[in-house]
Amino acid sequence: MSAVPDASAASGVSAVSGARRTDQLDIVVRHRLSRIELDVRLAVGRETLALVGPSGAGKTSVLRAVAGLFKPDSACITLRGRTLTDTARHVDLPPESRHVGLMFQDGALFPHLTIARNVEYGLRPRPRKRGERRARVDELLDRYGIADLRDSRPGKASGGERQRAALARAVATTPDVLLLDEPLTALDSMTKARVSRELAQWLADLGLPTLLVSHDYSDVVGLADRIAVIDAGRIVQIGTAADLQRAPASPFVAAFVATNYFRGCARRDGELTVVTLPQGRRFACSSPATGDVAFVVDPWAVRLTRDGADSLPNMPSVEPAAPPAADSAASAAVAASAAVANVLRGPVVHVVRFGSVVRVTVGSDPPLIVELPAEQADALGIERGAAVTASWPPDAARLVIDASRLKLGPASSRPTPAPPDSPPSPRSPLRSTAAASRARSWPSRSKPGAPSPRPARPGAPPD
Amino acid sequence: MKGAAAAITGIAAAALLLFVGLPILAIFLRVPPSALLSQLHSPVALDALRVSMKTSLVSLAFIVLAGTPVAHLLARRRFPGRAVVITLIEVPLVLPPAVAGIALFAAFGRTGLLGSHLAAHDIRIPFTWIAVVMAQTFVAMPFYVRQVIASFGAVDQQLVGASRTLGAGAFRSFFRVEVPLARQGLAAGAALAWARALGEFGATALFAGGFVQGVTQTLPLAIYAQFQGANITSCLAMSAFLVAVSFAVLVSTKILLGWRET
Repeated sequence: MSAVPDASAASGVSAVSGARRTDQLDIVVRHRLSRIELDVRLAVGRETLALVGPSGAGKTSVLRAVAGLFKPDSACITLRGRTLTDTARHVDLPPESRHVGLMFQDGALFPHLTIARNVEYGLRPRPRKRGERRARVDELLDRYGIADLRDSRPGKASGGERQRAALARAVATTPDVLLLDEPLTALDSMTKARVSRELAQWLADLGLPTLLVSHDYSDVVGLADRIAVIDAGRIVQIGTAADLQRAPASPFVAAFVATNYFRGCARRDGELTVVTLPQGRRFACSSPATGDVAFVVDPWAVRLTRDGADSLPNMPSVEPAAPPAADSAASAAVAASAAVANVLRGPVVHVVRFGSVVRVTVGSDPPLIVELPAEQADALGIERGAAVTASWPPDAARLVIDASRLKLGPASSRPTPAPPDSPPSPRSPLRSTAAASRARSWPSRSKPGAPSPRPARPGAPPD
Repeated sequence: MKGAAAAITGIAAAALLLFVGLPILAIFLRVPPSALLSQLHSPVALDALRVSMKTSLVSLAFIVLAGTPVAHLLARRRFPGRAVVITLIEVPLVLPPAVAGIALFAAFGRTGLLGSHLAAHDIRIPFTWIAVVMAQTFVAMPFYVRQVIASFGAVDQQLVGASRTLGAGAFRSFFRVEVPLARQGLAAGAALAWARALGEFGATALFAGGFVQGVTQTLPLAIYAQFQGANITSCLAMSAFLVAVSFAVLVSTKILLGWRET
């Protein structure tokens, strides 16, 4: 891959943004970081977009590039029609001229100033009279519930209060975009739940384009309208939390949203699709497909039974609802489903309780995540080490588009049994990478703020 | 064994304290305080005090004005040759003051590298109070710059970034965030540099002559002159004053830096 910045592609985005709504933030950033190559395109409308990924994936670099605190090798960043950065045209506004409100991870409040002075620091517009300035600051302190801290130093405030003060200070500058760097990470779990609730409300009230960065998917689910998952410097998928849960674009996204994702080679067998996984295990799926496919099994669609105990009726019946064997095709389907049972056995390796739901990880091959009501888990005696059998009906397996197969990656280079009826896919690295990045970013550009329609793939309609 | 080790440590500590403390105490105890005070009012002492104050404060002003931006640059930026620049700035710390005086003389003296050109324009530096300031600045600058590099380096860069995104330019951020947060270090560095300038002897003696009362004769030089003239009481009076100043500077530095560093 060429390390030379693709300037023409970067300028192309600013041309696109000119024709669109003016409250948008458009980001194209490319940078060679120490271990990864950052290559990100994002468009943020009047919404909260969360950039989520593991530490070191490059998400904070994107945020800092928008704020002007980090100079990427190649970038084109526009905000409400203003060009903040365009390396191709040597445009690079200093941070103070960008009108971005950046909320740092730990607040980054000035320790030598009171909370009120912190909020007043960047007040814009800045009234000449001191009294007017104070009135505006007091109004902000009131709005975010920190009026009693106005004359305290940040050191005296709690983590949640510092976050509120940091938000008040960023909002005081009347920014065109809000950038939040790990807004909940520094908070303890009790405070986190409350701040998350408050923040969601405040962000909705502000109605600003907001780009939020976090390494914790569960932190942002309640905050973000859309979520962009970033891995090793690239956006793997953008969509609502429901999109990601329903159709994760890669095993990485699936792991992030904690759902079951399998890849294999599909062939039709009567009414069913039989998917053979790389290690040889076969699963049945009711959606028609052939060739390399990926499918998702929702953790709550899996039925769990304790081995050596009578299973409790919980999920819709596992037994394939086979129609009466009236003709030969139906009997073939029954035969196939009998041969390919969606059953996995293994010990329970992990149990997490969220309120009335229990998430169980089964150490089968492949491992499986199962969610079931707490009372059922208790009735079954689910605990670490318990031997269980997991099963799901063929119609619970949902075929999804495997975006990571569109580009060269460790997954696609792994030898998989090639289906006899599908030609080998073209593997030009440049072409397929470009196709992947288009597939990732175009849907969100065409309809900002709306759930991105996923590109349809022949033979594999979602649901 | 443990008792023996403690005893040895105790004796060593007592010896060291006595060795440092006794001479300092002797300055104040040799003659009665009234004699010290009256000698401090002698014309020689008063002139020396005036010259010392004027030159050391001008030196300090120059050090702060030139040293602060340089230290900030060295603390913030990584550039090729940075280590060389820092080493060059630190050279006067290890240079014998007499060598510093000769070096200044070689550069700015009447026949010196730059001095010969200055002399052609009728500008003569040696044997003026300007020469005293130059000698003091030369030897005292590193004390300030070293401390201030460390202090600016300790300022959280996120706060500077926050200031920038809040609409303050680099210049305003410097004065409203970096300087206030580094203020203790700046003050401590200034105090140390001032004390060093006030006590400067060797470089001043060689480069500025230093024996013209009221022009180049600073307190340390006056002490030397009075000592040669066998006026020990006058020496002690001026020394007592310098001891008091040094002690005050040291204590205030330690308070500023929170007793953490030495």
